[in-house]
Amino acid sequence: MKLRGRVIRKGYAQGEALVSHQPIGFFGGVDPETGVIVESGHELEGESVSRRILVFPTGKGSTVGSYTLYRLHRKGLAPAGIINSQSEAVVAVGAIIAEIPMVDCIDISRLETGDTVSIEDNTVEVTPRGAAR
Amino acid sequence: MRLTTEEEAMLAGKEGPAAAKAMEILFALGEIYGAEQLVPVVSVQVAGVSYGNLGQAGLDFLCEWADQGARVVVPATLNPAGMDLEAWQEMGIPEDYARRQLEIIGAYQAMGVTINCSCTPYLAGNVPEFGQHVAWSESSAVSYANSVLGARTNREGGPSALAAAITGRTPAYGLHLERNRQAGLVVEVNCRLTSAADYSALGYIVGQMATDKAPYFRFNSGPQPGLDELKALGAAMAASGAVALYHVEGVTPEARSRDVLAGGAAIVAIESAEEGYRALDGTSQAVDLVWIGCPHASLAEIEHAADQLHGRHLEAELWVTTAREVLRAARTKGLTDRIEACGGRVVADACLIGAPLGEMGIGAVATNSSKAAFYLRNHSHLQVRFGTLAQCIEAALKGKWPV
Repeated sequence: MKLRGRVIRKGYAQGEALVSHQPIGFFGGVDPETGVIVESGHELEGESVSRRILVFPTGKGSTVGSYTLYRLHRKGLAPAGIINSQSEAVVAVGAIIAEIPMVDCIDISRLETGDTVSIEDNTVEVTPRGAAR
Repeated sequence: MRLTTEEEAMLAGKEGPAAAKAMEILFALGEIYGAEQLVPVVSVQVAGVSYGNLGQAGLDFLCEWADQGARVVVPATLNPAGMDLEAWQEMGIPEDYARRQLEIIGAYQAMGVTINCSCTPYLAGNVPEFGQHVAWSESSAVSYANSVLGARTNREGGPSALAAAITGRTPAYGLHLERNRQAGLVVEVNCRLTSAADYSALGYIVGQMATDKAPYFRFNSGPQPGLDELKALGAAMAASGAVALYHVEGVTPEARSRDVLAGGAAIVAIESAEEGYRALDGTSQAVDLVWIGCPHASLAEIEHAADQLHGRHLEAELWVTTAREVLRAARTKGLTDRIEACGGRVVADACLIGAPLGEMGIGAVATNSSKAAFYLRNHSHLQVRFGTLAQCIEAALKGKWPV
């Protein structure tokens, strides 16, 4: 399945999807040293964003969250790629400074955790979990 | 969004990797928020200075950007740091924190940013004129620039403000466009407000009501607010809500120059600011530190504090935070001597949110700012008292909150 969206940061990425139906706030919500989601009560609490294709509706919270993505990038623990329904400034700026391929305007209800996903500029290709390659 | 030939070249890296990254940030934000073009800015206010807020991640990023050759092309000033950059030892700031804070300042200095660390750049030489476009971060300064000065800015984050300083441009959306500067909520204030703290308490209430609407105030009882009162009002609304622009009938410049009231605006009446105090004032009797200067104190506010002390000896710490340029003026006027003679301190460059207060043994803080009270409680997890300047000075003299 191929989906087309809007490029926030160009580039190629591939990995296993980690899908959140709730917004993600990186400042205080994701541990910058480990990449683990630590926001109490978040549906992905305890999951690691590292090297996954991180799929969520939009970002939230303090603008300092952009730097959390940069920190993860420097430690080799950043998400491989980011897919949003509608981007906002904090995550978009974070993806640019951390050089993470990112695309938005995607219907994220068509993705599930465990799918194999690739991003190439504005195109998202999804191989559903368990499907024959 | 359309870019000019020059902007396209910058995006393609013709002016180096640092400018390309800055342009990439602005282009993405312009696309996300539906801008049609970039507009030139006359000044920038950069957030992301205090080590306590920025952390190692932010420090690393700033150093990398500076190393790649990032240089600002328009005047840019900084938000407060976590300490007085000169007198940090007297403040009791741990050495390791101070070293990293000074590294952050060094990175900004390498980029050509003016090392003027304040949330009130407009009291220290960075004063945009009516109708000019700027790219400012720091919510209280954004509110002041838009509302009191009539300049035009969105609420920028640290990296997007810095990107604007490096390129001299910002995407034209939101509050840069006149059509988005209309007021959608009329606030009839029917009670008499007598202190900056009263305006701060009022702002806390209205900020929560306003959601995404710009408030339009009518002060129906007593004198109209002066600049210090407007500073307090705007800072409070930006902290409790997301208010980046407000108007005051007959007072603020845009309200005096054109009809800023949107058709069908909602109306609320305020009969008392008491609810704003109640929401934030805690119960601690003991007070370790009294903090005046959120946003940074004007010269007049430093003078009020000095006057109320009457040379008496303080039991608690009293810190008045301000811009360095205002500190110099206060020193010339003898105000700092008067405050220091009582045991108080006038601190430049710093914001106490993001300062290592806990490590310094401070448990309970009193302040006349609802913004300070809000963040000290929710971000720094300290005991907080919120009242007027007179109550705060009384608390500093006794070491406990007046009954």
